[in-house]
Parts: sequence; structure tokens; C-alpha cells
Amino acid sequence: MKKNFICIFLLLILPIKAFALIEVDITRGNLNPLPLAVSPLSIDDQSKKSFEKILNKENIGSEISKIVENNLRTSGLFNPLSKDAFLQAPDIANLKPRFEDWNLIKAQALITGKVTYVDEKLRVEFRLWDILAAKEMMALAFTTVPNNWRRVGHIISDKVYERLTGEKGYFDTRIIYVAEEGPKTQRKKRLAIMDQDGANNKFLTLGNELVLTPRFNPTSQMVTYLSYFKNLPRVYLLDIETGTQEVVGDFPGMTFAPRFSPDGKKIIMSFAKDGKSDIYTMDLENRIVERITNHPSIDTSPSFSPNGKFIAFNSDRSGYQQIYIMKSDGSDVKRITFGNGIYGTPVWSPRGDLIAFTKLHKGKFYIGVMRTDGKGERLLTENYYQEAPSWSPNGRVLIFYRETKTNSKGEGFSAKLWSIDLTGYNERLVETETDASDPSWSSLLSN
Amino acid sequence: MNRSIIISSVLHGLLILITAMSLPFLAKKPLDIPPIVSVELIQIAEKTNIPFAPKAKKIIEKVKEKEKKLVSEQAPPKKVKKTKTKTVVSVDQNEEIDKKTPDAIPLPEKTVKKIETKKENKQNPDKLDKKVKQVSEFEKKEFVDLDNIAKLIDKAKEDSAEAIKRNNDITQDQDRNIENTKLTLSEEDALKAQIFGCWSIPLGLPYNEDLLVRIKLMLEPDGSVTKTEILDHARMNKPGQGFYKVLAESALRAVKLCQPLRVPATGYERWKELQLNFDAREMLEG
Repeated sequence: MKKNFICIFLLLILPIKAFALIEVDITRGNLNPLPLAVSPLSIDDQSKKSFEKILNKENIGSEISKIVENNLRTSGLFNPLSKDAFLQAPDIANLKPRFEDWNLIKAQALITGKVTYVDEKLRVEFRLWDILAAKEMMALAFTTVPNNWRRVGHIISDKVYERLTGEKGYFDTRIIYVAEEGPKTQRKKRLAIMDQDGANNKFLTLGNELVLTPRFNPTSQMVTYLSYFKNLPRVYLLDIETGTQEVVGDFPGMTFAPRFSPDGKKIIMSFAKDGKSDIYTMDLENRIVERITNHPSIDTSPSFSPNGKFIAFNSDRSGYQQIYIMKSDGSDVKRITFGNGIYGTPVWSPRGDLIAFTKLHKGKFYIGVMRTDGKGERLLTENYYQEAPSWSPNGRVLIFYRETKTNSKGEGFSAKLWSIDLTGYNERLVETETDASDPSWSSLLSN
Repeated sequence: MNRSIIISSVLHGLLILITAMSLPFLAKKPLDIPPIVSVELIQIAEKTNIPFAPKAKKIIEKVKEKEKKLVSEQAPPKKVKKTKTKTVVSVDQNEEIDKKTPDAIPLPEKTVKKIETKKENKQNPDKLDKKVKQVSEFEKKEFVDLDNIAKLIDKAKEDSAEAIKRNNDITQDQDRNIENTKLTLSEEDALKAQIFGCWSIPLGLPYNEDLLVRIKLMLEPDGSVTKTEILDHARMNKPGQGFYKVLAESALRAVKLCQPLRVPATGYERWKELQLNFDAREMLEG
């Protein structure tokens, strides 16, 4: 009893000081790519032999991890560490990574996995680990036909990208473009399609007729493009899976700059007649054509907003080419660009917050982005000649094409695909078999 | 003999003279060192930590004591003034109130009594009854006199103005028994600079969303983190909050990567709990 009193007394006389919680605001960080380790996917000997026979690849686990590593590196957001520095073998790392070892090489995330051959199918398990928190972040398994092994790599990349950045990836996608060959005056142009990393390249047309501006349907594997029919440029539809193609509508003049609506049910395009061109839509189900603009000027390059409520296009109605937006019924036309130079090829971002464009100013071409009200213009890249930006499905990267200057003899001309992300720092050449132009990025195939 | 003595004494004399003349030159002059001016280097904070000089401290303590008195004495008399309205009523019905007050208006009575006891303790308790009575009588007279009411109002205004002034003085002293809980600018900068280097901002995040991650840390004296707690943890697992989760995880990684944190060498009690507010909007907007 006495002791209790003494304790209470002592507590009462003790000086009590209250400290408010100190707050520190962290408003800056580094923009360095996140260092991560992509351990080769482990594979047992029997599966290894089976895949070697089927795919002619010595170690399919290692090949898949290379695809993941390459995808993450090209995104500019990750820095895959050299495999030479890894301290733990892939088979053990997959079961239980020694976080201290991975911490030692400064990895902040780790990808491990296992490949097996089950019932003539490829089964891939992969895990994503947070090294600093020493915990598993994600674990998934995929089963598919062995020939789809590259896609498995892309899907893993997308999952990792989404888990670490919060936005969907863009690796399991394809790019359609115009493959070009021959001298500048006699270019052979063919439609071609490839994976976003340049693999699995295929030519879709023979090159007998000129093709231009192919555009993916956002919801299916259909493509619309411009080709010449009876010496007139016409808009075509092509089903990539079946290879069938058809002319869209029977217009008395020329149609060009086609693009799908976000739901894939309509095509929006320009129709030129009597020296002026207007914007039209065509319903692909009932083939009903609707006129959207009616102005004695050249209105072209229409692009729907992702919600389908607005259309961005370029027009010379103010005297020189600028970008405008309007409601999808053609009302409420507003000019949004007022800067110096000529603006064209507006493309609404899949996120809906930005519009990409090409700008010509003082003899130089720029690819840039701006908000949908025309404010916050940012020019991402400048060159002698470049145009036709196309968004990745997550609205983070743009692909476009760039042409080089020819010398006095007309030699040295080339056209290549390039990609750049919204920061403007991560500019990369996209490898293609031939010269390439007019790229269009597909939506995610695995959706 | 004499001659040699003379020569010796002359030579000795010369020697003494030379020594006497030369010694002051031989002695090194002390360096002309300017007096040392002591400068105390202090760290800049929003609220200073400099202790008061002994004299100033005494004065402040006195001011504080007065202030306490003011707080304890000043407020109740005002209540008394409020109760005056009731005493005004009592001018006409004084006797009745004497009988009724215990039951009819208990609350004001109590407050008045409290004040009375306070005054009792501080000033001559024997004369208290008279004093109180005097006051009440005086008040009765006062409230009849309108000029006096006006004077009282003026005085009350002056009193309150003085009180405000004194309050202000004390806030300027910055000494209100509150511990200086903030880090100094240099301490904060050191910590920020360290975390800036560790935090890899996920660049895929949208710049136009409310993405502020608040993390509470429990720290050891050496700056190592013993516990981390995301204050809006519920938001982590809500559907559609993928971006928030990603940002929170990146912030946690930054804290873990930065361990041990660059915390001040002293004042552990002050910063053993720390809240970091991670806000990437500025960076993402570009």
C-alpha cells in the first residue's frame, strides 16, 4: 500500500513534457530508374530438353527473363541489374530469396520464377519480391502453348510494371506500321505488324499499292488504313487474323486520315471534295455516314477522346493550321492552340488528360503534348522531320517516325520509328527490319 | 693594483650598462592580439531555443506570475460584473433575493461565493465580510449612476487591452512551457536531403491526384527505424487506390533504404517519433 502511494507520488512529481509529432515534408525524390534484379527463371532438366526440341532454345527460362529485363529497361523506369552480380542461384532464389544478398547488390525488387513442361504446355510461375521490406509482392502462374513464350515474358513485364508503378503496362502489345524499302522516289510501302519490342515482324500487304496511316481498333485486332483504289486514296478495313480487307464506304472523292472511335464501332475520317475537306464518321454496323464538320476550310486528322464525347482535329480555318476540339456531334468548336508555328496530327491520350501533336516551327518538327484545353504545352523532341505520334495503351509512351535529311545526291534518306516517354528523357529507336513510318500502337492483347 | 681595479670596475660597469640597455630589446614583444570576441553559433529555427539571461528569466517569471494572477483574478470579477445585473434587480427587491437566491439562482451564487473566498485568502480575511458588503453597496450605487457605468466600461476596456498586451508580450518571449518540437532548419534539411536521395518516385503516377503519403516512424537514438506506420493505411487496400499503394510502398522503401536516418545528435525525446509526408506532385508535374 505504502509502495503504491510512493509510486503515485513519484509519478505526480515527475516532470511531464508533451512533445508534438515532428512533421517533415518530402516533396522531392530522385528520378533514377528503380534498380531491380530479374533472376533467370529456373527450369528442370526434363523440361529444358523438351523445350529445346520444340522451340530450339537452349534455356527457355533464361530467354523469358531476358524479355522481361529488356522490357523493363526500355520503359526507362527500371534499371535491371547485371546478372553477373547475382549471388543466389535461380532455383533457390525462386523458393526463398536471401534478401540480404539481393540487398547487397542494391536491388530494391526481385523477379524470380520457374518454367515447367506440363501436358505439352508451357507453365510459368513467377514471383515479385520487395527486397527492402523482405516480402512477396505478387505471385502468378501462366499456362500456354510453348510458341507463346515471348508473350508470357511480355505479360510478366506488364504485371511487374503495374505492381511497381500503379499503372497498366504496355508490353503485351503490337505495333502496325508502314514498312518502306527502295529509293525515296520509288518507295515500296507495305503494311507490317510486329510486337512492341520489334519481334515477330510480319508483312500484311504485298506492296503493289501505296499504303498510309494504319490505325488499330482499340477493342479488337482490326486495322483501318489508307490505300489507293483506282488512283484515289480510300479508307480500308483489314482484319489481321483473317487477312480480309474492304473499302470503307463509296465516296465520290478521296477519303483519308481514318481512325477508330474508342468503342471500335465507328470510323472517323476526312473526306475531300472541291478543294475543301470535312470530317465524317461512318458506323461500321449499318454503314451510315454522318457529317461532323461543315466549313470551307481543310479539316483533317480527327481523333476521338477516350470517352467518345469530344473530337480533336486540325483545321486551317484561322488562316493557318491549328488544333481544335469539338463535341462528337460537331458542335461547340474551340481552337486550343495559339502558339507560334503550325500544329497537326492531334491524338487524344488513352488516359484522356493529354493531346499529343506534331508542331512545325522555324523549319523544325516537334512532337509534343498539351492538356486538352491547349494549356501546358510540352515539346518532347525536336528534329529535322518527324510526325505521326501514337500513344501506348497506358498513355505514357509515344511512338512516332523520324526521317533523315538526304544529301545533295538524294542519298542517305531513312525513316525510322522512335519512342519517347512523357518525361522527354527516355527516347529510343525502335528496331525494324526495314525503314518504317506511320506507326500505330495496339491496345493490350491480354485484356 | 688600483688601476686594475678601476679597469675591472669600468668594464663591469660597461657590461652592466650594455646588459641593461640590450635586455629590453632581447625580450620579445608580446604579439598584438586583438581581444577575442566570442560568437555563439546557433541553429536557425522558427522558434528560438536560446535560454534567457538570468535577469530576463526572473523578470519573465514575475510577468508570468502576474499573468497567472491576472488569469485567476481577472476573469471572475468579470463574471461578477455579469452578475451585477442580478444585483441590480436586487436594488429593488434586496430582501426578497436574500431569501430566494439559494434556491432560485444557484449558479451565479456559487460563482460569486468562489470569488469571495479567493479574495478572503489573499487579503485580510477578518474584514472580508465588510469588504464584500461594501463592494455590493458600492455596486448598487454605481449601477444607479450612469456616469459610473460608462467609467466602468472604459476601465474594463482598458483592463482587457492591458491583458491582451501582456499576453502578446509573453508570446513574443516564446516561452510558454511548450517544448520546441520542431527540428531546426539545418536538421530538417539534412534529413530531407538524405531521403530525397533514397526515394525513387514512381514516374507513372498521375500528377493531378491527391497522393500524399504520411508515414509515422519510431526511431532509435542512432537514427535506425524500429517501426513504420502508414497513417492512411486503410486507403492502401481500397479499390481504385492503386497509385496510392504504389506511392506508399515507394516511400517505405525510401525510409528503409535510408536507414539510419540523419537525425540530430541531441534531443532524442523530441524526434523519437517522426512523421514524414511524402508528396510527389511537384516532381510529377515537372
